[in-house]
Amino acid sequence: MTNVKQPIWETKEMINGMAKEQSIAGKKRPGLSAQGVSTLAQANAEQPALKTENWFFSYGQDWAIKDITLEVPTKQVTAFIGPSGCGKSTLLRCFNRLNDLIAGARFQGQIYAEGTNIYDRDLDVTDLRKRIGMVFQKSNPFPKSIYENVAYGPRISGIKKSGDLDEIVERSLRQAALWDEVKDRLDSTALGLSGGQQQRLCIARTIAVEPQVVLMDEPCSALDPIASAKIEELILELKKDYTIVIVTHNMQQAARVSDLTAYLWLGQLIEFNKTGLIFTNPKEKLTEDYISGRFG
Amino acid sequence: MIVIAFSVRHYLKGHEMERHLDIELKSIKEDLLKMAGLVEQAIDRSIKAIKNRDEDRAQKVIDQDREIDAMEIQIENDCFTILARYQPVAADLRFIMASIKINNDLERMGDHAVNIAQKAQSLAAAPSLKPLIDIPLMADIVQGMLRDSLNSFVNGDVEQARLVCEKDDDVDALEVQVHRELLTYMMEDHRNISRALQLTMIAKNLERIADLSTNICEEVIFMVEGRTIKHHSEDLHLKSDKE
Repeated sequence: MTNVKQPIWETKEMINGMAKEQSIAGKKRPGLSAQGVSTLAQANAEQPALKTENWFFSYGQDWAIKDITLEVPTKQVTAFIGPSGCGKSTLLRCFNRLNDLIAGARFQGQIYAEGTNIYDRDLDVTDLRKRIGMVFQKSNPFPKSIYENVAYGPRISGIKKSGDLDEIVERSLRQAALWDEVKDRLDSTALGLSGGQQQRLCIARTIAVEPQVVLMDEPCSALDPIASAKIEELILELKKDYTIVIVTHNMQQAARVSDLTAYLWLGQLIEFNKTGLIFTNPKEKLTEDYISGRFG
Repeated sequence: MIVIAFSVRHYLKGHEMERHLDIELKSIKEDLLKMAGLVEQAIDRSIKAIKNRDEDRAQKVIDQDREIDAMEIQIENDCFTILARYQPVAADLRFIMASIKINNDLERMGDHAVNIAQKAQSLAAAPSLKPLIDIPLMADIVQGMLRDSLNSFVNGDVEQARLVCEKDDDVDALEVQVHRELLTYMMEDHRNISRALQLTMIAKNLERIADLSTNICEEVIFMVEGRTIKHHSEDLHLKSDKE
């Protein structure tokens, strides 16, 4: 346990430094909070986008996540990798409290989003999910028009003027690299789009409410290589504006798109470091064996 | 605080997989060692050709270089294919990177052996300038360095690799000495110049082979530890002391 834990602290110091640099360099993005819609987003730019402290999570009997302490820096891509059942998706879902409704689930420890404890009793979970959006493995557009899919989030957050909504829809679709493909058929059903387009639509829907963090749970695993490559390019574009956390089974994908990589194993954080280092010179034998395909 | 007790080794025992990549990497290593054997033989023959004024032996070195060149191309192609097909990471990636460079180093050594052999041929055709003392001494050290660098590669022995790097200074010093001595011969009698120059160039070739051996050692250290030490060999002691 001790040797496993060592690099985490080293990394924490490194990330602290990085997060600081990041917040000084990047100016704060005016989001929905500026319009008074979000009640929580008194965001502290000095804080890491996400931070877990001695986080434990269980679906019932055993801990699925064991004592994870890590910091996700702002406007960078952080990848979680690890064998099936290692807890990477569970941890991702903890970040916007998607596990709340599971009967018997329990947790221990803290998770902070830019300094706010997201498991605070008084926290508005809907507001949290606006700040921390999620894109799932399987694209799940609403059975509505392309326009409505993107406009839905901003509309329920109180934006009513059609001019404002049009602007948000166009901006979001452009950011999701989908605008050129759908601009002439915004009123057709979203279900008529290809798998890759549907996934980009889901990303557009997520960023329409200007979240601080976009969580992605294996966003490419149901897509063909071309569509995957488009999503990967998109991730690299999106990190200019958003903090991205991605769970992936595809290690080459993690190597290509992420700035930091966390290797999880049996619910524990084995190693968390810059992606370049993880894939060229990992410190832990467990990481080495997993990324070079010796087990998993 | 919950303490999770588990045995990593125990878990891994049942899960470690034999990979096809391992077979490919092993074959790269075997080919490199086979090539290294040819290079060692070429250097040895070229030195003996000078010592014994043996033109035939020198010719063998020149003829056999094609075999070394062919192996270089084959190993390079194999590494290239592995990169494309397996996209290795971590230790596997470092091994391939080191292999590509060592492959290159060995081929250059083969060329230096050919250079020495060519000088041996022209020296053999002329009367002997002087009894050779320092050049055979240099050759002994250089051949030892090459042998040790290859052993450090085979065994991933970082300590041995470091020792080889340190020996490079001895070779450099000997080269300066050879150079100085031959200058006196050249100043003494201008008819000596041609042969003295040939011997100077032989010393230079040996010195380059020593440098390439230290390159191999630097690549071994990179392969094992993931650290780059080349161009900073003066920090070698400091770094190894700290660890």
